[in-house]
Amino acid sequence: MTMVARIRQRLLQMHSLRAWFCLLGAAVVLLAIIPLSNGILPVRSALHLPDYLVPLLGKFLCFGLAALAVDLIWGFAGILSLGHGLFFALGGYAMGMYLMRSIAGEGVYRSALPDFMVFLDWKSLPWYWRGFDNFAYAAGAAVVGPGLLAFVFGYFAFRSKIKGVYFSIVTQALTYAAMLLFFQNAAGFGGNNGMTDFKRILGYSLQAPSTRLTLYVASGLALLLGYLACRYVVTSKFGRVLAAIRDAELKARFCGYESTHYKLFVWTFSAMLCALAGALYVPQVGIINPSEMQPSNSIEMAIWVAVGGRGSLVGAILGAWLINGGKSWLTAAFPSAWLYVLGAAFIVVTLFLPKGVAGAWSSLVQRRRR
Amino acid sequence: MIRSLHRTSLGKTWVMLAFFVGWGIPARQGHAEGSLEAALRGLGSVQDDAVERTLTELGGRGDAAAIPAIEALCDDRLMVAVDGAVYVRAPRERSLLDPVSGEVLAPQPTGTHAVEVNNQIRRLALPVLAQLKLRSPSESVRLAAAQELAERGSDDTVALLRLALEREKSKKVREAMTLALARFDLQSTDPTRQLSGLQVASDLGTPSLKGELARLASPTTADARVRKQAQGALAAIASRQRLVDLAGALFHGLSLGSILLLVALGLAVTFGLLGVINMAHGEMLMLGAYTTYAVQRAFERWIPSLFSYYLVAATPLAFLVAMLAGVALERTVIRFLYGRPLETLLATWGISLGLIQTIRLIFGAQNVAVANPSWLAGGIEFAHGLVLPYNRIAVIVFAIVVAVAVWLLLQRTRLGLQVRAVTQNRSMASCLGIATARVDTWMFGLGSGIAGLGGVALSQLGNVGPELGQAYIIDSFMVVVVGGVGRLAGSIVASLGLGLTNQLLEPFTGAVLGKIAVLVLIILFIQRRPQGLFSLRGRSEA
Repeated sequence: MTMVARIRQRLLQMHSLRAWFCLLGAAVVLLAIIPLSNGILPVRSALHLPDYLVPLLGKFLCFGLAALAVDLIWGFAGILSLGHGLFFALGGYAMGMYLMRSIAGEGVYRSALPDFMVFLDWKSLPWYWRGFDNFAYAAGAAVVGPGLLAFVFGYFAFRSKIKGVYFSIVTQALTYAAMLLFFQNAAGFGGNNGMTDFKRILGYSLQAPSTRLTLYVASGLALLLGYLACRYVVTSKFGRVLAAIRDAELKARFCGYESTHYKLFVWTFSAMLCALAGALYVPQVGIINPSEMQPSNSIEMAIWVAVGGRGSLVGAILGAWLINGGKSWLTAAFPSAWLYVLGAAFIVVTLFLPKGVAGAWSSLVQRRRR
Repeated sequence: MIRSLHRTSLGKTWVMLAFFVGWGIPARQGHAEGSLEAALRGLGSVQDDAVERTLTELGGRGDAAAIPAIEALCDDRLMVAVDGAVYVRAPRERSLLDPVSGEVLAPQPTGTHAVEVNNQIRRLALPVLAQLKLRSPSESVRLAAAQELAERGSDDTVALLRLALEREKSKKVREAMTLALARFDLQSTDPTRQLSGLQVASDLGTPSLKGELARLASPTTADARVRKQAQGALAAIASRQRLVDLAGALFHGLSLGSILLLVALGLAVTFGLLGVINMAHGEMLMLGAYTTYAVQRAFERWIPSLFSYYLVAATPLAFLVAMLAGVALERTVIRFLYGRPLETLLATWGISLGLIQTIRLIFGAQNVAVANPSWLAGGIEFAHGLVLPYNRIAVIVFAIVVAVAVWLLLQRTRLGLQVRAVTQNRSMASCLGIATARVDTWMFGLGSGIAGLGGVALSQLGNVGPELGQAYIIDSFMVVVVGGVGRLAGSIVASLGLGLTNQLLEPFTGAVLGKIAVLVLIILFIQRRPQGLFSLRGRSEA
């Protein structure tokens, strides 16, 4: 088989031809039509996308990427992580550190150090801040750092066969402990105020519409590539072993697959994806603080996936958009109703829609075909 | 108008009385010579030396009933009438009291004015006051006097103290007096006295003498023996202080552990025996705490006379409210999710969001304060600097009682037998005719009810807010994970262990790092014993 044929076969394994076209269409809408309607169309035009919506949509793209990460580990490996909020926030913190360094000397105190360090009377940067003035280093650290943490944590957890709800609870406790740590001023991450007042990224003003649009497109690209990577993983032989481990771990182990390694890889990969989402999220919202690590945030990520349909990558993304769209609208329109709606979503989905919206849709389609 | 009238009538009385009775000494007529009331009149004299003589006389009499009058004298509250009779004005009030009985006089005497005292008289009055107080029949007055002397007394009160010490029987007061004497010895310049004071100081080991000891231990002290002894005493105090701190940390750990125990007992029932992850468990705690708050408010409004007993009504009610919530939860949601723990986790989280929002809408988002009933306020002083508050002691006792009750319920009742049977082998239990579904409901209600009791306990320790339960849920799940599923003993050991570890680590690492350290310890612990301390196959594993 030639190289081209092999690639073609692999691509068709990932998606049917029709699905590829659908994906292409979605990518064109997200990455070309929406940016163009904001950037090219005149402001008066009815189809013009207002500037304030660009970071909001960018935020949604980041949430979609985070949902993808949660779905990869939960839907395909059966591991419910309640700690992805931690990886998301850590990625965000790494990016925040770069953004803080890039405005060194422009703070209230005109010091080379970030304002909160001046406030604490620190004389020099702590060692873990070194190198963060370099964008490439910061971007690398944003993904590799959380990945490393996930690897170490996962190594110990999977090795000792912590499974199911136990794993969920331990990841939640890890996130909680990290949140407490980041709330400390002495930790060197700005305490409960976190980091904010960012001005520039790579020399471009964060307020400029063009920078915002670029960040939006970058998030969209990250989501697209992240989706393709996840799809590649789950349609590979590796993905099938993973499904086997999810459905019957003992049997898979007896067949000679070391389940720990499989889980560890997909866990670490998922954490890095989530961290990437966090790193893209922070410059668009302009703030990062420890409340991102609240246990409730991680659980909310799980409900995005549950609503969308776990085990369906597209479903997870749609679930994230659905829940966050609802949140944006309801918290403005009916603030006291939002928690009820969210709580009801948890209950209704688990009781009546175990496969989420995506699952309901596909069973509807199947019923029609019959 | 009124004022001038008043003044004229006053003036008239003044003249008339002065005419008939005359000044000062003749006023003693009408009182038995030598009675306390008569002696007190001397305090109202305009002549300083007469006042001084009276003070000495009062000191010699040693009658504690003179204390209020002398105190009033020092505070410019002693009033004298034109007939020479003295009265005490109540602090911050206008009413006049009888100097001996302390009763409010009716009708109130008129035409009185305050006795003017100078600082010399005050200086003279203070030791007399101390002397009288040291002889007072009330133990608390004697104790206060000894403590005051230790702080403010001068060298001439030493003899007084020594005399009182010989007579004193109460251990507490003796200790305070010894302490005061030791302080004077330390402050003196005589090395032998200093040495004897040092001996007492290291025996007592209280930190209150630290300042004097540090002065003597410093290189400026000429006498080498004194210096060495003082350093020894300081070391003794420091080691004693460490012990006290440790005991305090242990006690706090114990009370934190008993809260965790109350939460974890409920979880041990729902998670341990039924295998249900109930993320709304913390909200049951909150429901219990808010029930306590509501009952407290109701007592405040409708039956304030019984306010100090509101806990008696609140405790069963909190149990009931949380239990009903739990039963409703089990019947409507959890029943359909048995065997799917991850889904249960998410669904119960959703329920907890709804409960939090409901409480927020009813009681507001702000924290509310639940007042301790009077019999839980205060505490016992266990050692110097270590006060064990009654409310924490009560929480510990309460947790023990609840744990014993749950144990009895599981081991000694029919329901408990059925629960254990269902836990061990559900299908076999069902075959033997046990209504497993009903047992599930009861157990879930019981677990939630225990959490409600935890809420009552928690409300006595701090403020109550809608997000109260969230803070405890992670810790309590840790307890169940460490303790192992399906065993009450495991939960008890683990909750106490976690509470104590948390508190003991705190002084070295700070609260946050302590928590993180505990978490790391748990993860390491699970490496070695994945089934927890005491494991039993429960539904979640079957």
